[in-house]
Amino acid sequence: MKIHEYQAKELFKKYNIPIPDGGVAFNSDEAKKVAKNLGKFPVVVKAQIHAGGRGKGGGVKLAGSMDEVTGIAGEIIGMNLVTHQTGPEGKRVKKVLVEQGLNIEKELYLSIIPDRATAKIVIMASEAGGMDIEEVAAETPEKIIKVFIDPLVGIQPFHCREAAFGLNLSSSVMRPFVSMLGNLYRLFMDYDCSLVEINPLVITAEDAVVALDAKVDFDDNALYRHKDIIEYRDIDEEDPLEVEASKFHLNYIKLDGNVGNMVNGAGLAMATMDIIKLAGAEPANFLDVGGGASAEMVENGFRIMLGDKNVKGILINIFGGILRCDVLAEGVVHAAEKTGINVPVVIRMEGTNVEQGRKILAESGLNLTTAADMKDAAQKVAELVAG
Amino acid sequence: MSIFVDNNTRLLVQGITGKEGQFHTQQCVAYGTNVVAGVTPGKGGQKMDYIPVFNTVKEAVAQTGTNCSMIFVPPAFAADAIMEATDAEVDLIVAITEGIPVMDMIKVKNYMEGKTSRLIGPNCPGIITPGQCKIGIMPGPIHKPGGPVGVVSRSGTLTYEVVHQLTLQGIGQTTCIGIGGDPVNGTNFIDCLDAFEKDTETTGIVMVGEIGGTAEEEASEFITKNVTKPVVGFIAGLTAPPGRRMGHAGAIISGSSGTAQGKIEAMKACGIHICENLGLFGELCSEVF
Repeated sequence: MKIHEYQAKELFKKYNIPIPDGGVAFNSDEAKKVAKNLGKFPVVVKAQIHAGGRGKGGGVKLAGSMDEVTGIAGEIIGMNLVTHQTGPEGKRVKKVLVEQGLNIEKELYLSIIPDRATAKIVIMASEAGGMDIEEVAAETPEKIIKVFIDPLVGIQPFHCREAAFGLNLSSSVMRPFVSMLGNLYRLFMDYDCSLVEINPLVITAEDAVVALDAKVDFDDNALYRHKDIIEYRDIDEEDPLEVEASKFHLNYIKLDGNVGNMVNGAGLAMATMDIIKLAGAEPANFLDVGGGASAEMVENGFRIMLGDKNVKGILINIFGGILRCDVLAEGVVHAAEKTGINVPVVIRMEGTNVEQGRKILAESGLNLTTAADMKDAAQKVAELVAG
Repeated sequence: MSIFVDNNTRLLVQGITGKEGQFHTQQCVAYGTNVVAGVTPGKGGQKMDYIPVFNTVKEAVAQTGTNCSMIFVPPAFAADAIMEATDAEVDLIVAITEGIPVMDMIKVKNYMEGKTSRLIGPNCPGIITPGQCKIGIMPGPIHKPGGPVGVVSRSGTLTYEVVHQLTLQGIGQTTCIGIGGDPVNGTNFIDCLDAFEKDTETTGIVMVGEIGGTAEEEASEFITKNVTKPVVGFIAGLTAPPGRRMGHAGAIISGSSGTAQGKIEAMKACGIHICENLGLFGELCSEVF
């Protein structure tokens, strides 16, 4: 799960990780109030959306006066912000973070992530702050310091020193940096984060270490033990169909194509999307109804796929093992009758009781095309949507 | 021959009295697996069908000599169950549970370092040596006993699809292993490739991967150096968008790393026969094997 920068900074504050003074605002008047409380200029107005690259997209601006705060906040709130992470359609900005401008001496990069290959926690730090870290890693990997931590022992002072000396910090900022990094690690562990990133982490002219930006992502599987984090969820940032699907425990991701597809199991679902593309069409979604899909889940799956107006045809691919094909077929027929499907549907099923399942589909009187195998199914649905 | 499990496997089921645990235990018994014990804390002394239930794994090991555990414990308690089985020195632990927090698995993985147990999964369909022993949730009848192909995969139903196509072509399997779709898991591709290479009955290997991480790239390098048997590979997720988790917790493209294209290229470069169209998987295997 993702949260906004201003929410991440609330967590930082709780863990004594220094952040600039500031506050969130939902309109220009509120932005003015925050700026007034800060008391001096310049202030920075930052769009709050769940995507990076906001500065380049025009979502982060410096204001030198109260009039500028009003103007900039008015301009950013309501704008459709396009960055390399939002896709070409962009995201509507609903709130801004207004913060005190700082005297920046140096910009650093700092993050903590779980490393899947070594099963350790890794701190990544670089003097190339404020830049796209992917680019730094690709072009100048020697500029990235990695410190691996055994999660059973936890962070030790030498880990922090290793990062600090690697970043060539002066002796006066060493102490605040080490204490800040320890706190950041504790936040990461306490909340089951999948990423904590500060880019840039700045050293000010006054030798303070301050998190100018803040990005925190959480492990969805661990949210059950962090009820306070669930409160941070902002469904405005998610696709409405995906929000709807999540209510029924369906794994749905909307894509740009026109062939809806519903599959049991994530790997087979991805492979089904791929074979639709190979057949010359484009998948409209990823939809995994899970290994033990029920008739009710199939019905909700249909409804959600049809909620996407681009869908011109549907492919259902079920490998029935534990889930019997006759039960699935009945679910499909029931769902088709109830939701009033108005696009062609191709069904491929395999596994237990497949013959009975095919018979139920054939005798339903519905406009359903059955397919012999995956290749046949993909070709049939591609032909049907091509029209 | 086979790898990791055969008809000498004496299975314990942790979480045997739960709905899922009970159902799949019965399915495994029906396939011919020798299930000797169950564990549900607080239900020691009861029986599930004919199978004795114990309070702790240590008791189950002492009383029944079990050497393998299948775990059906809910995600919040699964890491604890894996560590309990490790502490009791159970040889093989197969964790079916989906949805275990990553941090829990990171701790488990570090805890297991230097210990004698092998972990398969979590978030996996399990492992089957057709005709001998099924440990997991896969449908038994789609498999064909006797080899000569070993199957290793990160997926569940996609593995069934691949196995089904092999069986339709008349190609049997020595052992099929689902290593799971989570970012941090126990047994990896390399462990399985190494075991298949050493298994005399296995003459060819099928490897099914998907987007996310670098396990396929590392496996490819291992194959170049250590595997003499032909390998057929498939990677799911060519059309998956970056930055999105595709159902499996581990299936995510991060920046430019973990793409299907990158994996396919790495595998091809190491001499693996890549299947581009899943619909033709069986046909390609009958050409290669």
